[in-house]
Amino acid sequence: MKILVAVKRVIDYNVQIRVKEDGTGIVTDNVKMSTNPPDDNAIEEAVKIKEAGKATEVVAISVGEEKAQETVRKALAVGADKGILVKTEGTVEPLAVSKILQKIVEKEKPDLVFMGKQAIDDDCNQTGQMLAALLNWPQATFASKIEVKEKSLEVTREIDEGLETIEVNMPAIVTCDLRLNEPRYASLPNIMKAKKKPIEQINASDLGVDTKPRIDQIKVEEPPKRKAGIKVASVEELVQKLKNEAKVI
Amino acid sequence: MSVLLIAEHNNKEVKPFTLNAISAAFQINEDVHVLVLGSNSDTVAKSISECSNVKKVIHINNELYENYLAENYTSAIIKLSGSYSHIICSANTFGKNLMPRIAALLDVSQVSDITKVISEDTFIRPIYAGNAFATVKSNDKIKCVTIRPTSFDPAPSSGGSAEIQNGEPGDATELSKFIKKEEIKSDRPELGTARVVVSGGRGMQSGENFKLITAVADKLNAAIGASRAAVDAGYITNDHQVGQTGKVVVPDLYIAVGISGAIQHLAGMKESKVIVAINKDGEAPIFSVADYGLEADLFDALPKFLEELNKLNTIQK
Repeated sequence: MKILVAVKRVIDYNVQIRVKEDGTGIVTDNVKMSTNPPDDNAIEEAVKIKEAGKATEVVAISVGEEKAQETVRKALAVGADKGILVKTEGTVEPLAVSKILQKIVEKEKPDLVFMGKQAIDDDCNQTGQMLAALLNWPQATFASKIEVKEKSLEVTREIDEGLETIEVNMPAIVTCDLRLNEPRYASLPNIMKAKKKPIEQINASDLGVDTKPRIDQIKVEEPPKRKAGIKVASVEELVQKLKNEAKVI
Repeated sequence: MSVLLIAEHNNKEVKPFTLNAISAAFQINEDVHVLVLGSNSDTVAKSISECSNVKKVIHINNELYENYLAENYTSAIIKLSGSYSHIICSANTFGKNLMPRIAALLDVSQVSDITKVISEDTFIRPIYAGNAFATVKSNDKIKCVTIRPTSFDPAPSSGGSAEIQNGEPGDATELSKFIKKEEIKSDRPELGTARVVVSGGRGMQSGENFKLITAVADKLNAAIGASRAAVDAGYITNDHQVGQTGKVVVPDLYIAVGISGAIQHLAGMKESKVIVAINKDGEAPIFSVADYGLEADLFDALPKFLEELNKLNTIQK
């Protein structure tokens, strides 16, 4: 069984982002980038399934600019066998990413595609579902537990009301929740070994996918600032303020 | 052209966020049609037909829709899509799972989690964990949009008398199968719509200590929230998580106890009207968004807080 894992390079989750003054976007120059956090869970799960002897190959793929190669390399260091980088320029919407992934799936023929449930930059939460639709495969989104059966997966999903368990026939798409597992760190020897693993580079234009955005980003603004609050000295004062000043209790 | 809203329900009752989505739909275009896909779901169709601002209810009643699976829902919606300019639903786990599958089949780029309607094709949505707001214009013929429910008031659930039209089910797929749902039952107000939320973080140190939160929540008729750290540590179940990857809440009062205030947590609560932080670390980022901050050990502060609340004659519920 072969697992394809899609990973995205995003601004590191700890960075306090800055909006560009001209309202055209977010400052990304000289900002720390790293793998989208739930994509780390996706790689970890794929590698664990391989270690359990249930998968034979894990392929990591990223769609993005040249530098996304670092993100693929990191996935290789954690245990993926080979990498694919589909080079694109500018904003690529989830619809276009899913069309690119569809082409790669048709070529690589994986049994499963894993990815994070959402990217922490665009917060779209779309790509996995879109890919599942294009391939007419089942989808298991927001997965927090995956059990591999012979021709299917039993997946526990995080839903608003609690948890839900579904069974999806393979081939299938799984989008991973942060609760799925604890991603491992890549050891130095494995980082060195990863440098020798192959990364195939493809230009998006060669795949015949139109990546032109369908949505115009008219402007990006900072959210309204909350006005500074006060510190209270005691619980009594807090309750008095909530009762008499804020009038919320 | 009209707006098609996909209702979320459990075959007996309409989920409250469907009403918020009706409000957003009505702002986009006043000709709002609501699709109820369900099994033995007549009461759901009827109650939606009574919502004001709903023009028509399309009810597809079939055992195929007994349990919600995106694979089964999709084909019925695609069949109806030709008559609509917009297909929308709430941006909760229901809508997030379903809508992109519809959008891809229609070959349109989805607009996720909008907080404001500017016009029929232009919306505002938060990006980067709510640290920026993007104004976006969709150029697709059919616009697939999900609604951040807490950004829109619920539509009135009475006063309407929409026509209920029965529709044909879509194709069944054998791709996936529902097995079970472990729904967490609670008498408390629902986290997403509660007027007051009391949340605990890693500082609670154990699940047992959450009883301090529970006691305060009981007194204030509040919902209980949690940071991801508290959920991951097993102090409380996942459905309580507030934040970028959990729920977004906008209560009148949000009390954060033992929560440092990471970017990802703030994403889920910083629009709350009044924020209170109780934390022993005076440098914790949560204090930068708190209207009232109390620098104290929560194990001293919470029992005292409850004591003070008990002294009040009246508490708004």
